[in-house]
Amino acid sequence: MTGKPDYLIALFNSVSHVIRAERILNGQGIPHKIVPVPKHISSDCGVCIRFLPEYRDQIIQKLEGKTEIIEIREL
Amino acid sequence: MSAIYFDNAATSWPKPEAMMRAMADFNANVGANPGRSGHRLSIEAGRIVFDARERIAVLLGAGDPCTVIFARNATEAVNTAVRGLLRPGDHVITSSMEHNSVMRPLRAAEREGVELTVVACSASGEISPADVARAVKRNTRALFVTHASNVTGTIMPVDELAAVAHERGILICVDAAQTAGSVPIEVEKTGIDMLFFTGHKSLYGPQGTGGMYIRKGLEALVAPLERGGTGSRSEFEDQPEFMPDRFESGTPNTIGIAGLGAGVEHVLSTGVETIRKKEAALTGLFMEGLRAVGGVTVYGPREALKKTAVVSFGIEGISPSDISFGLDERFNIMSRPGLHCAPSAHRTIGTFPTGTVRFSFGIFNTEEEINAALRAIEILVKENK
Repeated sequence: MTGKPDYLIALFNSVSHVIRAERILNGQGIPHKIVPVPKHISSDCGVCIRFLPEYRDQIIQKLEGKTEIIEIREL
Repeated sequence: MSAIYFDNAATSWPKPEAMMRAMADFNANVGANPGRSGHRLSIEAGRIVFDARERIAVLLGAGDPCTVIFARNATEAVNTAVRGLLRPGDHVITSSMEHNSVMRPLRAAEREGVELTVVACSASGEISPADVARAVKRNTRALFVTHASNVTGTIMPVDELAAVAHERGILICVDAAQTAGSVPIEVEKTGIDMLFFTGHKSLYGPQGTGGMYIRKGLEALVAPLERGGTGSRSEFEDQPEFMPDRFESGTPNTIGIAGLGAGVEHVLSTGVETIRKKEAALTGLFMEGLRAVGGVTVYGPREALKKTAVVSFGIEGISPSDISFGLDERFNIMSRPGLHCAPSAHRTIGTFPTGTVRFSFGIFNTEEEINAALRAIEILVKENK
């Protein structure tokens, strides 16, 4: 894999925060998908939000003050 | 005549069709554990729980849905607050109109070294904010107060009590078991620190649902009652500190929460103000009718707008249990006799240990039912003369 990553993922505290983020992103029409947290990133049994790098800034801005993103990582 | 159900303050019934559909739909089409597994059914279950959380936040005037946590009922939420917040040496204030769901946890805390002051209310169940202010001491931690009495329906002046609490630097924790869904509540505007709700009364959800609102940041000062799996931070053996997971251990009652979410949606789409007006009209009609029947004593405030849709009364010469039994057996009317799990409230209004008969109305009751009940009560009174 070279250059820009195919996808980024945003990690949240728990499923409640993921669903809250999903509700906000749906409302804003920002493409994304809820996926299980990849095992190489965390041993957590939870889910995270996957999106294309171009939406990164928009996602950070729309979720600001509403639900805390713990970390954004390359998939 | 079909059954007339006037026991909505114990559990509302019937329920909205949508509530039953939501529960059946969860079982038939979703069924999974919310947020535990990451597959689509698990995520869908997580959405159902979140939607209910969000609707309750909207209903209560809380900006962040994650300040709302679910519990088995209001009682479990009250116990979490009392046990998690109060420490030996703390002082706590409550009212004499409390239900045992508040009084018993506070009495237990008292035996463990928490100082307790019970502020006496008037014979109609009203509390004086000045009395509460006078009860505050140097070590006072919180005021635990009901939003409305389950015995008399008396609505407490929560705005004024919150102002007193804030002036004196103590927390205000409100038991909204009788009001969430039927009386407007604005936790953030009013400045309520914690609020306990039940799902199966005026929120029209199923039994086994309830929870609480905790003001953002305050959760750090409240120890959880239970610890366990949350589906988050699974690599750590310590309980997560963030909301709502801090207080939600173990698989939740997702099917119940699905029903609760639909019940709350019904309340929101109907409008709490509309519900309030309808219930106040029924309550006013019933109290007016009761006063016209001689030999009946009605307890609590005389004006329907000062109370929830709860009316406690007694008939001279007949015990509450005989009245309720007669209404059930002969007239198919469901009511609740006795002390209503609130002995202190009955002492306050002068009906301990006999108790009262309690009628409590909901959104599905009608004027015809009230009139039928008044005719039945008139017959019981006449027969007793």
